[in-house]
Amino acid sequence: MTLDEIKRHIEQHLPDVALKPVRESLLVENAADLTRVVEFLKDDGVLQLNYLSSVTGVDYLTFLECVYHFYSVENKTYSLQLRVRVDRDDPHIPSLVPIFRGAEFQEREAYDMYGIQFDGHPDLRRILMWDGFAGHPMRKDYQQEDSEVLDGDDIEWLRKHDVSVSEEHIKMAESLRTGGESEETQSEQAEA
Amino acid sequence: MAFSKNKSQVDEGLKSELAKKGIVTTTLNELYNWGRRSSIWPMQFGLACCAIEMIATACARYDIARFGAELFRASPRQADLIIIAGTVTKKMTPQVVRLYNQMAEPKYCITMGACSISGGPFIDGYNTLRGIDRFIPVDVHLPGCPPRPEALLYGLQTLQKKIDGQEIAKTPWYQKGLKREYAIPDLGPKGLIPKFNPEVWQPREDDHRKEKYGSPMITGKKTKAPDLDAPPKQPKAPAPKPPKRSDDASPPPQEA
Amino acid sequence: MFEKLRVKTKVIDSGASGLDTQTLEVNVGPQHPSTHGVFRMTMVLDGEVVKSLRPVMGYLHRNHEQIAENITYSASMPYTDRLDYFNSMSNNQAWAMTVEQLAEVEIPDRAEYIRVIMSELTRLVNHVSVIGFLLNDMGAFFTPTLFAFREREKILDVFEAVSGSRMMCNYLRFGGVNRDLTDEQLGQIKVIVADFPAFLDEFETLLAQNEIVCMRTQNVGVLPAELAINASVTGPMLRASGVNYDIRKVDQYSVYDRFEFKIPLGEKGDVYDRYYVRMLEMRESLKILNQALEQIEPGPFMAPKVPACLKNPRNFKPPVGEAYCRIEAPKGELGFYVVSDGSKEPWRYHVRAPSFINLTVLEAMCIGYKLADAIVILGSIDIVLGEVDR
Repeated sequence: MTLDEIKRHIEQHLPDVALKPVRESLLVENAADLTRVVEFLKDDGVLQLNYLSSVTGVDYLTFLECVYHFYSVENKTYSLQLRVRVDRDDPHIPSLVPIFRGAEFQEREAYDMYGIQFDGHPDLRRILMWDGFAGHPMRKDYQQEDSEVLDGDDIEWLRKHDVSVSEEHIKMAESLRTGGESEETQSEQAEA
Repeated sequence: MAFSKNKSQVDEGLKSELAKKGIVTTTLNELYNWGRRSSIWPMQFGLACCAIEMIATACARYDIARFGAELFRASPRQADLIIIAGTVTKKMTPQVVRLYNQMAEPKYCITMGACSISGGPFIDGYNTLRGIDRFIPVDVHLPGCPPRPEALLYGLQTLQKKIDGQEIAKTPWYQKGLKREYAIPDLGPKGLIPKFNPEVWQPREDDHRKEKYGSPMITGKKTKAPDLDAPPKQPKAPAPKPPKRSDDASPPPQEA
Repeated sequence: MFEKLRVKTKVIDSGASGLDTQTLEVNVGPQHPSTHGVFRMTMVLDGEVVKSLRPVMGYLHRNHEQIAENITYSASMPYTDRLDYFNSMSNNQAWAMTVEQLAEVEIPDRAEYIRVIMSELTRLVNHVSVIGFLLNDMGAFFTPTLFAFREREKILDVFEAVSGSRMMCNYLRFGGVNRDLTDEQLGQIKVIVADFPAFLDEFETLLAQNEIVCMRTQNVGVLPAELAINASVTGPMLRASGVNYDIRKVDQYSVYDRFEFKIPLGEKGDVYDRYYVRMLEMRESLKILNQALEQIEPGPFMAPKVPACLKNPRNFKPPVGEAYCRIEAPKGELGFYVVSDGSKEPWRYHVRAPSFINLTVLEAMCIGYKLADAIVILGSIDIVLGEVDR
């Protein structure tokens, strides 16, 4: 079955769902429709797309996207790729875990790396990074820490644990705290 | 060489004569060190790919048991040596330091593979620790990705040579009040707190990674996202070649 | 060691016998002699029986996907070796196939045959090591592993002769392979393939009817077929539950449609089935290898005609687009999803790791069994942390 045939078949049964073909995939324009479409894909006698292969989050600067790949264990001749787009600032996508158990860890990873909230996920918390981590590292605007320089928090911690710190490190931490902006412009100039 | 100072000063000829009669001359240091270095028991601590080469070294072909490292102990309390084989991530660092603290003296540390020495190929990651020697003292660094089993055996032999050079009077674990336990870092919002232990490691002055490396988005090389909604661009058809002879208008001969 | 036991007790119910019992929360890992890498499970135990199990991963999260967004496509090839560090050749193949799909490259026949030979040899290495480790977990301290690694060393000699490295081969390139196979190396492979069935017979005689193996693995960790499909489980685990889904037969990628081989299926989906499916898959791999060694013919090992963007692999700029390609890696379905923005570095690079997704069913399989069974069940899922955490 080609992409057009699949699209027409879905639109026959779910007429109010807006689908748009993008390259070799179907974009579900309204994220709230996702669960209905996926339930239909799984339960339909003709399509029988009952195997969810992968769930991926992508950052496109102006929006975040989640891509799903579906295959069928019975009809082995075709596959379907679905996409959903959400806003960067408050991304919410309905979770597929009630329909496909296999989405559990992958949605947790998309949440951890991109910050996409999956509504209805039984246990949405970080999976690869630790619980106290702040930020979503795979987003394009994530800034890594500078691991060669001790900053104020480090010096405080070291003092609390009776570890001796040399004057040099203390001075560097102070300069980071006060002259933070001048340091950044210096490193930008060096990189350019 | 550091280890040769522990050898006895008796003349070699006299030594061999006495040995034929069944009398062995040695120094206390040499005997003590020989016993210790011929039975170093490592701890089972493989983190990543280098762990597989460590297992291969323990298997029948490369056989680390020949060198005394017969038993890989599961518990740190019973092990002498921790071979940190594989990438140490920031999430794992508190566990590694805790395990090192739990080992009883005398204890040694070999970092196997580029990742535990300095971060290795994954050095630019947000979760990679750039070398476990930021938090615990390391005796032997063993480069490679992964180092071959023969290289691990050579690393073990280097450690044995280092042990041969130690003296009983000056060993750390016999000094009064010494406890080689290192501060266990916490997991903070951006990474580890602290980033390194200044008593154990200092950053290098000639480290220019910050200036040279930056992701294309941060450095400004890439500024816009790809637009997959637009249809794929057809590859441009090659421009028709102009005829070689301007006065000859006949078509080129057709291939049969 | 003491840190591993964090005792949290609470009275659950007095039960029919009138006894007050308490549960115990135990941490298994991340450093534990039986976990296959740095993987942690927090279990709540009632006596020895597992009441709930929560896997914690990320201790080997090496930011592979983020690093790949900052380097070129061909520079990602050595990183794919380190994903599933047992099977570097098949990881390479999955990535090479994804980029070839993106750039639309045709691969010559000889290169395809070489890739199939390397993939199937990797499958042998993987399955034999997994069985060795599974038996290690059961308490047969290291002996089966020694047998397994003896055979593995012979195959690693071939990998080293062909690519220069025992484990991290980095042998495949976009459009073919890096170097051709010489006749001597083909002869080496023929010798291995000829001797392997005898080793498998020996292994089977020692293990398949072994009373301890049978008692500890049969009816332990049963995975029903519907749950397996719903949880996106793939690979030998899925086939042991009776589902006939092998990507080599479904997608028929590379030249797998030219070989005759069967897909072994299990019946119950317990640990014994998973172990035995792997033994049978090794025999099928030997069949494929025999056929490939007969059918391979001299020819180019690298695509002679490449599209313009691939003329200089270091400066490879594929057209704007995306590609998802998957292969039947020894552990399951390994897929790569890549989005290209027309420049040298990919915009998005994602690995669909089989071990990561197969772990979804770990809790469901372990509940009601004892702690020792949970270790054996984990061993039968066949995880490798490089893939789980990427």
